[in-house]
Amino acid sequence: MYDIRALYEAQTVEEALALRREHPGARLIAGGSDLLIKIRDGKLPDAELISIRGIDSLRGVSLEADGTVRIGPLTSFTELTRDGIIKERLRVLADAAGEVGSPQIRNIGTVGGNICNGATSADTASTLFALDAKLELRGGSGTRLLDIAGFYLGAGRTDVRENELLTGILIGRESWERCHGCYIKYSMRSALDIAVLGCSVNLRLSADGAHIDRLRLAFGVAGPVPSRCPQTELAFAGAPLGEDTARQLARSAVSELSPRDSWRASRAFRLHVAEESAYLAFCECVRRAGGAI
Amino acid sequence: MNDRQFKHIRCTINSRAVDAMVDVRASLTELLRGEFALTSVKHGCDVGECGACTVLIDGEPFNSCIYLAVWADGKDITTVDGLAEPDGSLSPLQQAFVDEGAIQCGFCTPGLILTAQSLINRGEPLSDEELRRELAGHLCRCTGYENIFKAVRRALDESLGKKG
Repeated sequence: MYDIRALYEAQTVEEALALRREHPGARLIAGGSDLLIKIRDGKLPDAELISIRGIDSLRGVSLEADGTVRIGPLTSFTELTRDGIIKERLRVLADAAGEVGSPQIRNIGTVGGNICNGATSADTASTLFALDAKLELRGGSGTRLLDIAGFYLGAGRTDVRENELLTGILIGRESWERCHGCYIKYSMRSALDIAVLGCSVNLRLSADGAHIDRLRLAFGVAGPVPSRCPQTELAFAGAPLGEDTARQLARSAVSELSPRDSWRASRAFRLHVAEESAYLAFCECVRRAGGAI
Repeated sequence: MNDRQFKHIRCTINSRAVDAMVDVRASLTELLRGEFALTSVKHGCDVGECGACTVLIDGEPFNSCIYLAVWADGKDITTVDGLAEPDGSLSPLQQAFVDEGAIQCGFCTPGLILTAQSLINRGEPLSDEELRRELAGHLCRCTGYENIFKAVRRALDESLGKKG
């Protein structure tokens, strides 16, 4: 038996928000693949939970009129990997979701839970950074929209305020139209393992296909929260495609990272993996865009 | 805490409609083993890594150890007990496990067979690499996996061949 004092189940966003007001100490539970393990581990004694699993309106992917891809936060990793809109426009996100845990974990785990958890290692998080994802949070006093970069307050801490619920993950047209992405997860085992480092690149080439037009470089486990490399992205916009550019931008990217030593890997090793991953992911983006390095 | 919280749920287990009063603290593993005596659902790592507790929920494999029993309300659940014919004869997939020597201690077997059955039900061809990925959520400490892989490969190919 889990050490659960009370479980409240919401079927709608409004019910969930009402439950949050009534039970301010309660934790939200979506898939539970992180939270239940913490409870099993004794880290949340006498837990009070609000289950949002039953809110069907927060599940699934849709395409809005302006080309924004809206992802319901309760969409499972499996659903993301199979969704037609995602596969066609955001293959990199389907790939990242497919790197999570195992098939069973991908069935239970949700993309919203993946980011609300605040883990720097979350497989979809770095890709959502690279895609400039916006998060829609609904609370008692209305809805606010914020950049995913501003959502992470620190390791394991995210800006979901009291009485709030994540109701949408939005990816604008400019992040998928003519863009090609690649996510590389480095881990000891290829299944059921946490990333030692994750690297997600999103690239748009110039009209002539010979230069970088728009570049996004994002990393997981290269710092306490997922992060981007804004200086490198800016510096290499307009750079000609080629081996030198690929090597230089990878080297530049790691100068913006600050991974730590942990039992999983040393800082030096993470930096090495980050540079190689950035190089390989960038080259793969170019290949997917129809070019070659 | 004195007042334990319970919820009345209805679900289908191995094609049989059932209902139960469920302790909100219970995992689906505990419900299936404790209330329904389905001890083919193995109590393994309890943290969603070993796959021994895998069951099918609406046709997809889930680790029942990290699935709250109350979430089973309205779901269609299959354990390995639901795969054999009514007369007890084995399903083609189960027979393939026997024929390929894919079973040693048997602890991982029910979960693996259920995940494999979900792939057969999906009816899509899979490369060897894709098939290995689909089976990656199960740990086996005896067989070294090769015979398990052969059994699933054979059963999947045969089911696809029949459909084709």
